Amino acid sequence: MDGDQIGTEDFFTVAGKRFRSRLLVGTGKYKDFTETARAIEASGAEIVTVAVRRVNVSDPKQPMLMDFVDPKKYTYLPNTAGCYTAQDAVRTLRLAREAGGWNLVKLEVLGDQKTLYPNMVETLSATEALIKDGFDVMVYCSDDPIMAKKLEDMGCCAIMPLGSLIGSGLGIQSPVNIRLIIEAAKVPVLVDAGVGTASDAAIAMELGCDGLLMNTAIAAAKDPIRMARAMKLAVEAGRLAYLAGRIPKKLYADPSSPLGGLI
Amino acid sequence: MQIVLNGETRTVAAGLTVTGLLAELGIDARKVAVERNLEIVPKSVFAATALAEGDRLEIVHFIGGG
Repeated sequence: MDGDQIGTEDFFTVAGKRFRSRLLVGTGKYKDFTETARAIEASGAEIVTVAVRRVNVSDPKQPMLMDFVDPKKYTYLPNTAGCYTAQDAVRTLRLAREAGGWNLVKLEVLGDQKTLYPNMVETLSATEALIKDGFDVMVYCSDDPIMAKKLEDMGCCAIMPLGSLIGSGLGIQSPVNIRLIIEAAKVPVLVDAGVGTASDAAIAMELGCDGLLMNTAIAAAKDPIRMARAMKLAVEAGRLAYLAGRIPKKLYADPSSPLGGLI
Repeated sequence: MQIVLNGETRTVAAGLTVTGLLAELGIDARKVAVERNLEIVPKSVFAATALAEGDRLEIVHFIGGG
């Protein structure tokens, strides 16, 4: 899907809300909340993912994410990271909705600890429960075009196939599948997970996806703030290249200078 | 009476409400969600919800995550 355009302004719409930045970032793995806040700022992201965890009741005065990353400025997207069953995921997001007061969530139900690959059976089951309960579900999923379509048909507001395994930095391993998912989808498709560096982000955007979600590639870079900026530029560059329309690949050369008038 | 709070047994005053518990713990009620015996306790009824012996409570908030 191309995304909507008004003049030179390019944005995508999810759950009825417009977002100009096509880069969504996670808030985990940073050295402290100050670094988190600076990296998010540099990334230009408008949506940030957050996890739901127990409050440390023995030391409730510990700094909280909300004190550094303003939920009025950024759209918090609660996730279900660490959930391996539909039941746990639904329970977590019901708590998230109560904590935050909004319906937009990221569902991810993991299949195993070594790969963190999505468990699609549990994901489908959780999706059904959440949609019934009025949630706007952005769903992390396998890069299977049939599964992606199924999730869209069930009512998910965004489909988020993995580029490669979470935190792996292996980039877009199945560009053909991602492309097939994008072509079939009527809701935004965002590549979630696997980006290692800026070129991976550009490749994903050049495939025509509506956005990109990443965390480790920025947070675990040697200089997260600089990498956040690199990702912002890469997402913009990839998007522009997609809209501009690349030249076809050819086997042989095609001279850039005119042949007429050669001495 | 005893309750289980975030997985740990804790002794609290009989009749304590959710609002009372959060105040006792020094937790800002606006920044958390509370689950009691697997049911969400809406913020609007924190003050009216009295805890009972053996209640299992979860108090959660948003932290950094991907």
